[in-house]
Parts: sequence; structure tokens; C-alpha cells
Amino acid sequence: MRKIAVLGLVLLVVSLTIVACGGAPAATQPGAAPAAGQAAAKTGGEKTVTIGFTTSQTGSANLESGRQTNGFKLWLDEINAKGGLKLADGTTLKFASKSYDDESKKDRVQELYTKLVNDDKADFLISPYSSGLADAVAVIAEQYGRVMITAGASSDSTHDKGYSLVYMSYTPASRYLTGALDLLAKLDPNAKKVAIINEKDKFSTDVVTAAKAYAEGKGYQIVTFEGYDTGATDFAPYINKIPAGVDAVIGGGHFADGSTFARQLLEKGIKAKFIALLVAPPEPKFAELGDAALGVIGPSQWEPLAKYSAEGAKAAGVEYYGPKLEDFVTEYKGKYTEEPSYHAAGGYAAGLLLQKAIETAGSTDTQKVKAALDKMDLMTFFGRTKFDTSEKTHGLQLGHDMVYIQWQKGADGKLTKQVVWPEAGKSASALYPAR
Amino acid sequence: MPAQVLTSVVDGLMLGFVYGVAAMGMTLIWGVMRVINLSHGPLIALGMFGTYFLFTGLGLNPYLGLLLIAVVGLVAGFVIYGVAVHRVINAPYLSSLLATFAVSMMIIGVGTAALSTSPFNVDFSLGSVAAGPLTIPGTRLMAAFAAVLVAGLLYLFLYRTKPGKAIRAVSNNRGAAELMGIPSSRVLALSFGIGTMLAGLAGGLIATFFPFTILSGETYQLKSFVIGVLGGLGNPIGALVGGLVLGLLEGIIPAFMPVSWVPVIEFALFVLVLLIRPTGLLGGRA
Repeated sequence: MRKIAVLGLVLLVVSLTIVACGGAPAATQPGAAPAAGQAAAKTGGEKTVTIGFTTSQTGSANLESGRQTNGFKLWLDEINAKGGLKLADGTTLKFASKSYDDESKKDRVQELYTKLVNDDKADFLISPYSSGLADAVAVIAEQYGRVMITAGASSDSTHDKGYSLVYMSYTPASRYLTGALDLLAKLDPNAKKVAIINEKDKFSTDVVTAAKAYAEGKGYQIVTFEGYDTGATDFAPYINKIPAGVDAVIGGGHFADGSTFARQLLEKGIKAKFIALLVAPPEPKFAELGDAALGVIGPSQWEPLAKYSAEGAKAAGVEYYGPKLEDFVTEYKGKYTEEPSYHAAGGYAAGLLLQKAIETAGSTDTQKVKAALDKMDLMTFFGRTKFDTSEKTHGLQLGHDMVYIQWQKGADGKLTKQVVWPEAGKSASALYPAR
Repeated sequence: MPAQVLTSVVDGLMLGFVYGVAAMGMTLIWGVMRVINLSHGPLIALGMFGTYFLFTGLGLNPYLGLLLIAVVGLVAGFVIYGVAVHRVINAPYLSSLLATFAVSMMIIGVGTAALSTSPFNVDFSLGSVAAGPLTIPGTRLMAAFAAVLVAGLLYLFLYRTKPGKAIRAVSNNRGAAELMGIPSSRVLALSFGIGTMLAGLAGGLIATFFPFTILSGETYQLKSFVIGVLGGLGNPIGALVGGLVLGLLEGIIPAFMPVSWVPVIEFALFVLVLLIRPTGLLGGRA
């Protein structure tokens, strides 16, 4: 008997080890962008500006990073095809890029960005893809005095380290779900009860912690606040904790858990009027859930469906800069034969923002371009851009909003994705109540 | 609150039946041949993929597909027994444990290469049954029914048929059974086959309501150990009861405290049972 007891304990330990080693599925975090450096060489009235960055040609971020680089290259080709950028003093700037493979690894990027600045004489930088890599190179940009636009990176903490030359083009993680709460407030001023159920990884936890504080600030009552482990499949214990009469359910984490959670919400008959989940809903595969997808809202950095336009910019009282959204989508499809994802759009936007800053500065001088970026408040096809200029969180993105998509039934009864928020970018009104 | 407790209890019990089936397979193999089957988890995962491919590829109803999974599981059990377990059946526990661990690694290795570790989903729904505050997904209700059916059939098989009685005889005392003319090797192979079949069936049922990967079986293998100890290792009916207890705990604990406390309480109970009543709640094979 004692033997069995001992054996049982041994087995338990073995099994726990196996489970632990099996590991959780890798979570895809919202990411980063390539970095560009600007090297200007005077050739009479014409200068060449070098933009340096790394791209993840190999490794886990290969797909997203590749798309971001594609977006950036499209911008580069277009600006050079137009004959470059004419400055107020008559100088024409041509743009060149220099990049390396960062293998999606944090430990390589610092060395590579140092090389980009010192050996390749990059004038400006664009960050690598993913929050972690972008965070690692931010210090290099600062040390060597190069302006860096981060793309594909959404970590707030990169901008509380006192950097003055790093500018974030994405909406930070802390605001992934706050827009959804703004939308809810607009749709139903009487909604009060919000349940938050999220994956317990860093990204999702950061997002919901910020969303919770924001919701409480707006007078919402948080009726459930629970986290589930990465890889969870049974959400019944969490769903059972959602009280009757709940108005909104927000949270989620990544694709696998988010889609299962949505499915079980329907199966368990939760009648929430508003459901907003991270990461999963914008994926086209989410539609395979059928009725469980209907009405579900999800944040995305950008969608081809968004309607950012000159008129929208006018209504918001800011300048519109760069190509029309439709033109970007058409050009991108023409070049890469696929619909641009937000990663691709982010890559293009990084180049475009740099272009605008140089144009405004009328120079490639780092301090002048920095001053232009600090003052920047405009709209592009990617949405609005305005940077934090406070000493504490300099460079944090303030203007850009997440785009919120919702799965709605089209005229043919099929599920289609619609952009429902922000007001300036929406393609349809939100379906409310969702269930 | 009462409504939430009721919902949680019912949810827990529904799942408990399925846990019971998974644990029955493991505890049967242990009871009859004293083999800790570490390939149990991956076999559960293969059962999940069985349902997935039969449903997605051939459009077969998942519950009809279970019949096929049962047959394939039985045969697979014979094969695994013959190739990996038979030779080490009389060796110390560690040998057979490592042999089944090797089988487990092979299944996971090939499975990871062929199926990746991205989640699969059987897109099958039976709607939901609503009664008062309860809303039970149809697939979970069916899984509970199927689990009860399987447990009942296993009981009838073990107590009412000749091969079943032979299994119990070998389980009781292999030497004596052999002296009575029972071909113990065949009985052992049959037991391993039935154990594997039960793993496949449990997996097939779970796949109708949870997404899964080739690694998903590990969780249920772990639960099977706990359930086995709770109910008494070697006692299939005890396994069903143990499954229900575990399911109930998983349902009811979250009603009163954060969900993350579930494993803490579960495993505290596991250690407690080992300390106070090592034969399990219903008494296992000593």
C-alpha cells in the first residue's frame, strides 16, 4: 500500500513535469516595426537619406515582421518613384534603406542597430517587429542620437525610461480595450455591469488592468475580474461567475483561447449585450465560429475597412497626410498579392511619418526632425498620430486609436467584419445589443 | 448565488463523467497488470484527433465516429501491448513505466511533426438545453450520457462475461488464474486494449466541446492519476466516482473563490487521500 502511495506521488511529479515541459502555445504578441536610419550624403541639390532597421527573416516573428518590412518598402519605392522628397530649401531627398536579419531574437538587435548607425551611417531608424525587440533597441537609438519610429511595438513601458528620440506609431497596450469602453458608453449610457475575463499572460494582463482602471473611472461596476491560464480550454468555471444582467464581457487573450471563450459564451447562453475580446476577433478564421462570432468586437491596430479620410481629418480638425487608404490597399495588393494586414500598414506608416517630419523640419537634422515629431498631430490612412511630449512618457502614442471590428450579418446572411469604432473610421454602426 | 452554485455543480458533474471514462482506462491497466501507462495522455489526444478527422474529413457524426475509435483503440492497445509492454510485464515497475513513456514520446513526436501544436476544433454543435437557471451545451450532455453508457458496459463486461471474469481473475491473482487455465498473456493484451479504447473514447468525447492539440491529453492523464487515487487504483467504478468528485470540485470551488485555487485544493486532497486512505475512497486492489 505504501509502495502505491509513493509511486502515486512519483507519478504526479513526473506528470507535472511533462505538462510543464509540454509548455503553453506560443502567444503572438502585438509587435514591432523595422527601423530606418537616415544617412544623408550631399550631392549638390540632392541628398540620400538612409533608413536602418532589422527584419525577422527567420524566427518566430517572421510572418508579421516580413509584412511590416513589405509595407515599409512600398513606402520607400513610392517616394523614390515620385522623385524623392522636396524640401523647402530646394534640396531633393532620396531615400535608401539598410537592413539585417534579427532572427526574431532580442540579443542580436542591439549589436545590429549599433552596426546600422556606426558602419552603415543610418540617419534614421525604424524599430524591429515586436515589443520586446523594439524595447531592446530603443536605448541604442537614444545613445547614438538617432530618431527612431517604433512600429509593431505596443509596450507602454518602453516610453517610461526617459528616451527622447523614440516615437511609437502603434496604439499602446494600455489602450487596447479602452476604446471598446468608449464605444459601449456611446451605445448605451445605461450599461453599468462589466465582466472582465482574460488570459493571464503579460500582454493581456496589462491590457485588462488598464481597461479595468479606465472602466472604474467611467463609473462602470466590474462584476467579475478573473484570469485564466494560457492554454485553457474549459471556460465554464469563469462563465458561471458572470452574474445575470451583465451588460458587457471584455477580455480574452490570443486566438485559441479567445475563440473558445466566445464559443462557450454562446453555448452557456450568456446574454451580454456587448462582447469585446483581444486579438482573436479580427482574424478571418474567427468567422468559423458562426453564431458565436456574431456581435463580437475586437481591437485591431488598423483594418483595410477603416475609413480614415481627408474628410474625417477635417472633422477632427487636423491635417490629412499621405495616400488615401484605398490607394494604399490597392498598391499593396498590386505589389504583394495579398490584403495588407495592420503589420504591413504599420510599416508603411512608419516611413510616412518620418517623411512628414523631415518635410516639416525642412532638414534631416536629428534635433529639427525631433521637434517636428513632437509637434506632429495629423491623420494618415493608418489613423491619427500624436506623440506624448511629456518628460516622463516621451514618445508614447496618444493620437492613434485602435480600430474596433465587429462581426455582423451581411445582406446575404453571411458573417462579415465591419469597423464600428472610432467614429472617424467606422464602416458600419455597431450591432447592439450583440445577443 | 444559489443559481450559480447549481450551474457549477451540474457543469462539474457533466465533465466529471468524462474524466471518469479517461481514468477508468488507466486504472484498469494498473489494476490488471501493474503498469503505469504514461502513454495514456497521448492516446486520449489521438482519440480527439480521431473524432476530428472522422467528422471533418468524412462528415461522420462524432458519436457514430466513437464506435470506430473504440475498435481502432482496442487494436492499437493490442499492438502497443505486444510491442512495448509484453516483454517488460514481469520486470520492475520502472521498466514498464519507461516503455510506455517511450510510446508516449513517439506519439507526441510524430503528432507534433504531422499536426503541429496549434489547436484543432471540432465544429459540431447540438445547441444548448435550458432549464431554469441552467444552460447545458448539448455536446456536454451527450458526453455525460455516453460516459455513463461506457461505464455501464464496462461493468457488465467485467462482471457478466467470460473474458471479463478472466480479466478480474488475472487482476486478482495472475499465478492462480494461470493455474486454472486462463491464458494470462491474452487477458493482459485484452486489458491493455480496453484501457486504450477507453482513453480514445474519452478523447473522442472531449473533442466535441473543447479545442485540443496533440499535447492536450497530458492534462487528462494527470487528472486520471488523481482520480485513480481518489477512487482507488484498479477499481473502474471507483474511477467513475473519483471523476465525479473531481468534476464537482472543479465546478464548485470557483463559485466561492478565484479559479486559480482549483488545482491547489485538488492536489491537497490528493495528498490527503494518499495519507489517510491510500486505497482510495472506494478501496482499490491492494
